[in-house]
Amino acid sequence: MISAPDVVAFTREEELEDDLYREPPLPEEYSVPLFPFAGQGANPWAKVAGSKFTRDFILISEFSEQVGPQPLLTIPDDAKVSGTFDLNYFSLRIMSVDYQASFVGHPPGSAYPKLNFVEDSKVVLGDSKEGAFAYVHHLTLYDLEARGFVRPFCMAYISADEHKIMQQFQELSTEFSKASECLKTGNRKAFANELEKKLKDLDYTRTVLHNETEQQKKANDKGYYTTQAIEKANELASVEKSIIEHQDLLRQIRSYPYRKLKDSEFHPYEPECALERAGVGSDQDPAASDPAEPGETHLYTHVPSYTPKLIKAKSAKCFDKKLKTLEELCDVYFFTQTLDQLHHIERTFRGDVCYLLTEQISRALLKQQSVTNFLFEDVSFLDEKPPEKQYRGCQGLGQGAMDEKCLEESLAPKVVISLGSYKSSVECVPIKMEQEMEDSEEPKMAESVMSEHQENLDYLDADIKGSISSGESIEVLGTEKSGSGLTKSESQASLPVMPSPQAGRSKVGSRRTVSEDSIEVLSTCPSEALIPEDFKASYPSAINEEPYADDDEGGLRFTPRANLADDGQDDVSKQESLVQVDAACCIGKESPNFLEPLPELGQKPCEEDGVVRIPPQPYRAEQGLRGGFPSHEGLSAGLLPYELDSRYLSGSREVSKSSLDECSDSTSYISSAASTCSDRTPSPAHLGSAAGERHRKRAGQNALRFIRQYPFAHPAIYSLLSGRTLVVLGEDEAMVKKLVTALSIFVPSCGVYAKPVKHWVTSPLHLVDFQKWKLIGLQRAVSPAGVNVLHALSRYSRYLSILDADSKTLRCPLYKGAVVARLADHRTQIKRGSTYYMHVQSILTQLCSKAFLFAFCHHLHLPISEREPEESVVHRRMNFLKLQLGLANEDVKIVQYLAELLKLHYIQEPGQGGNPLLRFDYVPSFLYKI
Amino acid sequence: MLRWLIGGGREPQGLAEKSSVQTIGEEQIQNPYTELLVLKGHQDIVRFLVQIDDCRFASAGDDGIIFLWNAQTGEKLYELHGHTQKITAIAPFSSSDGTEERNDLIITASADRTVIIWDCASGRQVQKVSCLHSTVKCLTVLQRLNVWLSGGSDLCVWNGKLDLLCKTSHLTDAGVSALVELPKNCVAAAVGKELIIFRLSASNNGSEGWNILEVKRLVDHEDNISSLVSVNDLTFVTGSHIGELIVWDALDWTKQASECNFWDSSVHPDVQPEIKLSQSPHETSVQHLASDEECVFAAVGKGIYVYNLQMKRVIACQRAAHDSSVLHIEKLPNRQLISCSEDGSVRIWELREKQQLPAEPVPTGFFNMWGFGRANKQANQAAKKMHENTPVYFLELVGDLIGHSSAVQMFLYFGELGLATCSADHLIILWKDGERESSLRSLTLFKKLAQNGDLQLKL
Repeated sequence: MISAPDVVAFTREEELEDDLYREPPLPEEYSVPLFPFAGQGANPWAKVAGSKFTRDFILISEFSEQVGPQPLLTIPDDAKVSGTFDLNYFSLRIMSVDYQASFVGHPPGSAYPKLNFVEDSKVVLGDSKEGAFAYVHHLTLYDLEARGFVRPFCMAYISADEHKIMQQFQELSTEFSKASECLKTGNRKAFANELEKKLKDLDYTRTVLHNETEQQKKANDKGYYTTQAIEKANELASVEKSIIEHQDLLRQIRSYPYRKLKDSEFHPYEPECALERAGVGSDQDPAASDPAEPGETHLYTHVPSYTPKLIKAKSAKCFDKKLKTLEELCDVYFFTQTLDQLHHIERTFRGDVCYLLTEQISRALLKQQSVTNFLFEDVSFLDEKPPEKQYRGCQGLGQGAMDEKCLEESLAPKVVISLGSYKSSVECVPIKMEQEMEDSEEPKMAESVMSEHQENLDYLDADIKGSISSGESIEVLGTEKSGSGLTKSESQASLPVMPSPQAGRSKVGSRRTVSEDSIEVLSTCPSEALIPEDFKASYPSAINEEPYADDDEGGLRFTPRANLADDGQDDVSKQESLVQVDAACCIGKESPNFLEPLPELGQKPCEEDGVVRIPPQPYRAEQGLRGGFPSHEGLSAGLLPYELDSRYLSGSREVSKSSLDECSDSTSYISSAASTCSDRTPSPAHLGSAAGERHRKRAGQNALRFIRQYPFAHPAIYSLLSGRTLVVLGEDEAMVKKLVTALSIFVPSCGVYAKPVKHWVTSPLHLVDFQKWKLIGLQRAVSPAGVNVLHALSRYSRYLSILDADSKTLRCPLYKGAVVARLADHRTQIKRGSTYYMHVQSILTQLCSKAFLFAFCHHLHLPISEREPEESVVHRRMNFLKLQLGLANEDVKIVQYLAELLKLHYIQEPGQGGNPLLRFDYVPSFLYKI
Repeated sequence: MLRWLIGGGREPQGLAEKSSVQTIGEEQIQNPYTELLVLKGHQDIVRFLVQIDDCRFASAGDDGIIFLWNAQTGEKLYELHGHTQKITAIAPFSSSDGTEERNDLIITASADRTVIIWDCASGRQVQKVSCLHSTVKCLTVLQRLNVWLSGGSDLCVWNGKLDLLCKTSHLTDAGVSALVELPKNCVAAAVGKELIIFRLSASNNGSEGWNILEVKRLVDHEDNISSLVSVNDLTFVTGSHIGELIVWDALDWTKQASECNFWDSSVHPDVQPEIKLSQSPHETSVQHLASDEECVFAAVGKGIYVYNLQMKRVIACQRAAHDSSVLHIEKLPNRQLISCSEDGSVRIWELREKQQLPAEPVPTGFFNMWGFGRANKQANQAAKKMHENTPVYFLELVGDLIGHSSAVQMFLYFGELGLATCSADHLIILWKDGERESSLRSLTLFKKLAQNGDLQLKL
């Protein structure tokens, strides 16, 4: 943990969980109010004190065709959160900035209604009056009973902090996309089911009608048709037409190209996927896709048998019927998954943006310290699989569906497609961000991607044409976004080759997966150029309807990052965008304050002294490369060549975020929701899990208590830092465990696995235990077995420091250094466990870097010339430790030990575990008493 | 204080005044072993360690499994299964079949009455003999003749291909307990109280045939011979259970000198009688002998003794070197001595020489058994008996290695690579010089850095 603790010194943590260490509260009359307006949830750092809600929340709204925009639910689902904030009004606001094209109906030239697979749109919206800023994510769900079969929804992350929204846009976007994708997947399933039922109904109705007609025919032999008969015949005809239409819809919904998240956590069970794949696969032969055919229905056997109903010719008026709820629209399973995801988002982004960013930066930096970070950090979550993999997985599966189609034509495209789409999906992101660095290589890559795509266009086109329609518009803009990193000539060169606009779009569709990071909703407009004329009319020009764009500070915005990076935007989009871009421009231009700092972001290295003088900025890879950390720079760059890769940027982002994801500290934060300013409660960012978070907090508290309570805390900590096993001996298990927990934060890890800490042992210790564990809680028992335990302890006393929790004594070597004194000052002003934990981490990080320097300085360990005697090397080594690193006395041993661990870790072959070493010194021990 | 705290130190309090075992504190400046590796694998007592080459050794014990280890890394190279019962003897054997490359083999004998030859390079069983009449208790390789001998109830001579060349008649049920090679194609075998000299002679009717003949029986020992060691081409030494030490001429097998009961008043007439009485036969047994050119080092009971061959007397001793019987003793090149014992500790001693000045108090180590190093009258008297110009030697404890939780059966000194000890607690511990290991790791680290090409980027 690199971040300076003072940044978060003011964060609150609940101390309820550790009642033992809770200090009695200050009497009310002595306490100074922090903030004059300190009410529920107010805090002096709140940027918009006037906001009407106490903390960030997520709002889901719908544009109901019956009642207009309406809020559906908030997360957290707590009335207190939104407070006096007008959800209805805000729903109206956020629903009014929907740019996604929700066109459905009978496009001219088409016999049947077309579904359109609309991409989500992502907008940032501000309302200074309300003091609310929101990331708004629009999505469309299908509903057979809805007008045009679509129901527009949106999810919004609402915060009082504008900067938070802007700076976390990427992360929010990714997270919300997951949620949206989950919802939509469930919705497609539900929609398909609904269609099937409807088809069965229609089929049944047709049969009934048919029979009636036949009967009438038989009954009346007058030779002419009665009006009744004609009516029936008409009805029959319309039912048949309806059947065909619905069949077509079903085919469309099933042929939806499953592109991503197919096998992610949202679809944990296999049958689901298999089913959907089968569904997709089934329409490779459109004729066979008739769901009424028994051959197909077996795929949906899990659907409970459905008794068809007779459908009346005239459906009810639309205002009479009750619209489906969101839960009904999606599968229940997917709905709960989505809610989980949204809760997770809420937790992840909880807290001050400063904290979030610091967290991200420190995480990214930590990740760079690949050589040393295993010592005191929990690296298990730093090593998360790179995002590419996730995409690859999803791509692979989605691609698999396509491949089936391609199979018919040729085997070759299969490979090419998946490769191409994979590459495009991965590489689009960094191109934009690091154009200045990467433009020498990337275009080539992209070029090959492009050309590969070209080859496949035909195949793709042939297959998707049917179902993909004007909804592609946003995907098209995706092209331009992702293409914007390419050199101009590049994208232009590729365009003319396209056989038709549709082919171009389908190509884009496959690239589109990742280009979601292309933030601008605004580029929707240019993309219209690529939409066939007849479709254009149906596009609502939502931007023009945005009423606040001009007069309001917090108008619609887009993150300028992307724009700045690729200011040389491709001409295509520029030219085209002029048409409607006025609205777009006014939105963008209004936040100069935000635009400004960004260009210099990369150049500004982190402050070395750990005190944050500038507000934290989102982490950029350049920071690492431009000498923020001279010691690690060259090496880490070399050690991890991929860091130089442009992918690293996105990688670090992804990772930092996905590790944030893990902190599902639900219990503690739900409980904290009741506390006053829970809004600014730091999100449990760097922790692997709720347990981890609490553990650290408690460990910090216990450690603080320990150093205050025990005057001999220093030698005890020194023992741990220098690799001497510390045994905490006591009768009371809880007390021993508490001490062990407290001290565990000082134990360096030996590898990437868990810390070498054993909380409770009752059997005699052996030498092997000291190899494995560096901190052991040991039971003192009066039984004969207990005597053995003690005997073993005295036998191996030279390898051990023994802290007797019962008689409060410590037997361990002398410590006269300075490092531990800083680490564990018993007069420290730090009050909170997590703050102290961070303090410890920052000092330990300093130690780590010293150890790193020591271990990796060539001349300290090897003679400079052939003839140099070993003594002079030793002398140089000691000089370095004492003079250069400024270590005194026993501190040298700490650094030596850490360096030894680094060496061992570095030279260890990844495959083999390696024998654990036990290093020790023959030094006398002393007995400390209180 | 701690001892009180945690209930007793190394020795129970009551014993403290009685015990004369020298202890060394936790500060051991001269002890180089500051790093250890625990090698796990055996499931029973590990009794034997043999060195194969510069960096490999084999271990064997009661579980019948033989492990090959890398002495540098502690890596387990091979696990050799073949014996069904405990291993009784093990010997390294390098057969050079006329080719330039050396082929490292080990011969193991087990209580299941089999002998197996293993190839150390491949970890495979080369050959196995299972038609033995008795358990082989000792193995000796006569590298010069390219044959090896096994001693059980009889003595057999084998060649490298495991062909039985010849054998003696049945000697005794107890069997040969120790074998040592002597000059002129002779071997000495300890059979009970007797020492039998055999001579190998080439048979007339074959190129590779050998005959074995009993040449002489030496019956000078009063008790079973427990250890047998060859000092040089001219002398070998035997020790018996009741503490007799006899130095023999290796050529004509005559007794050159003997030291009987050298723990008692014959050497140190001033020893209090009760100490002598307290010594049970077991405590006087010569467990192991080691030697260099000048001296024989004897592990007798709990003590270690240095017997000078020229002076024909014990020049230094540590009567209570360990808490329990000393099982193995070895002389290191640097005048140091290592001993291991049933008490689970390994101790490092240094043989120091101190020029005796008249009337100067005898230093601590020499007559340690009388107390805690206070010079007393008796010591002075004893010292005066010596020649004025004789250097006085004493054994000083320079370090101890505590790791095993049970008797340390044997150890193997690997020079720079460290020390391997094996024990009844099923473990083998590799003791290493921490400084050296650390710098070796640095070397490896920079090699790896260079390999990965990380050094260039630093510029």
